[in-house]
Amino acid sequence: MNPPYSVIFLTTLIGMGQGLFLALIVEQLQEQIQGISQNPLFFIVGGVIVLFLLVGGLIASFFHLGHPERAWRAAAKWRTSWLSREVIALPIFMAIVFIYTLLELMPHYNITVSFGGLAYTLSLLLGFLGLLSMLLLFICTSMIYACLRFLQQWHSPLTMINFILMGCASGFTLAATLAAAKAVATNRQFCINLAAIAFGLTFLALIFRLLSLRRNKKLRPKSTVQSALGIKNPKITQTSSGAMAPSYNRHLFSHGKTVLFIRSIKWIFLTMGFGLPLLILITQLNNTSFIIMLLALVVQYVGLVAERWYFFADANHPQNIYYQVIA
Amino acid sequence: MTVETNSKTKQLALVIDLNVCVGCQACVTSCKQWNTSGTAGPLADHNPYDADPVGTFFNRVQTFEVGEYPDTEVVHFPKSCLHCENPPCVPVCPTGASYKRAEDGIVLVDYDKCIGCNYCSWACPWGVRELDEYKKVMTKCTLCVDRIDDETLEERDRKPACVLACPTNARIFGDIHDPESDAAKAIENRGGYQLMPEWETNPSNHYLPRDNKRFAEQNQAAEEQL
Repeated sequence: MNPPYSVIFLTTLIGMGQGLFLALIVEQLQEQIQGISQNPLFFIVGGVIVLFLLVGGLIASFFHLGHPERAWRAAAKWRTSWLSREVIALPIFMAIVFIYTLLELMPHYNITVSFGGLAYTLSLLLGFLGLLSMLLLFICTSMIYACLRFLQQWHSPLTMINFILMGCASGFTLAATLAAAKAVATNRQFCINLAAIAFGLTFLALIFRLLSLRRNKKLRPKSTVQSALGIKNPKITQTSSGAMAPSYNRHLFSHGKTVLFIRSIKWIFLTMGFGLPLLILITQLNNTSFIIMLLALVVQYVGLVAERWYFFADANHPQNIYYQVIA
Repeated sequence: MTVETNSKTKQLALVIDLNVCVGCQACVTSCKQWNTSGTAGPLADHNPYDADPVGTFFNRVQTFEVGEYPDTEVVHFPKSCLHCENPPCVPVCPTGASYKRAEDGIVLVDYDKCIGCNYCSWACPWGVRELDEYKKVMTKCTLCVDRIDDETLEERDRKPACVLACPTNARIFGDIHDPESDAAKAIENRGGYQLMPEWETNPSNHYLPRDNKRFAEQNQAAEEQL
């Protein structure tokens, strides 16, 4: 496939936002359990950043559409289409994050409810609902790709696992960066915990990404030129694709990059998305520094954009069998 | 991810005879002419007279060389939407713009509902859907639905433009669920087959294999090797 930048930014930005939201709720739970009061700014600024990332992703997604003014129609076919489900799940998650942030901003309304012998703030309860919608959004987004069985590289549970792990890893890196910032500085131990979770998730994400690289390397295409034409002769060469110029199909389904270029992107995303952030994060497990965490965050995000680019470029669409030559 | 179709209902389709297609592109040009002139607006051509012309086509004839020199055959291979009985492009559409018409099984796009997200074209293994660069909506073969439905046309003209244009009669049009139709008979009697059967989408368009002896022997030999 030819990697569409709009979708690359959509999936990486909302993934990071979803991960950050998870980090906020984990922090809040920890705060509740340990009974230590946090800097409330952490949750307010965190919530606002989640919203920014989600809106940013949404804006990016509009560039993917031929008719963005009709985007509202996309909610219609949620019974069959994962894309339609994503179009519904994203605003629901956004709305929950918005109300969550408002509650954190106005502690007066953030009342405490107790049941089962435990006390919960309203924002924490809403946070649990948010986590559920966050997970649904991850499932919808990744299933858009994983449900297409013709794209064998995507048609695997690893697609969903990778989307979730990479989103959460970058979200926790962002949360640790935020927690280390002077303005919203939280308890030092919390900050270190966040960096440690970011380290763990990035490591796990690396393992699963390597697994999917290995799986895709071994894949054998189900469709061949023989099955595409229904002619069994082992030697078939295309001499014309029906036009002397490129076509929509070539533009959409092939990236046109060299093997060397693709391989470099793979090493770039393995290094920047996982390797370097892991190295940086390991230095942050005793004492976190905002500048160094920010470096880890930027490096990781660039790496994950490269990863998503590779994810698209790696998928080989069977229609390419019909477009092997321009003539 | 399946759209159920009843095999008792009508299923219009094309049956392409690979024995007689000479690769003249008359089906391509007649398709373009008819579908660029209709009520749905033009099919875009970008830079038609320039260095990198790109245009929207519903139907393309591709050419393949089969076998090893000197035992080669040139196969001209017309390809347009196969109007699958379980079209994988339909359930993925988020707006419902892509649909399979119940009464005759034609897979169509409602241009007024399409948001141009390309997702249906990702979900089609044959690459027969093309986004129109100017209309910014997904377009595809309609089996010239505006001819088939047009009762002001004479019965013999209510067929896709490509079928009427083909000089060698390589395109047989009809209801493949009606055993008495020319299309169903051709599939039945001449070994009509589907493309990429491995995806189990049950394409309605069929292809008739070459019945020349050497070609059949080569295929046979290849099959035995496997």
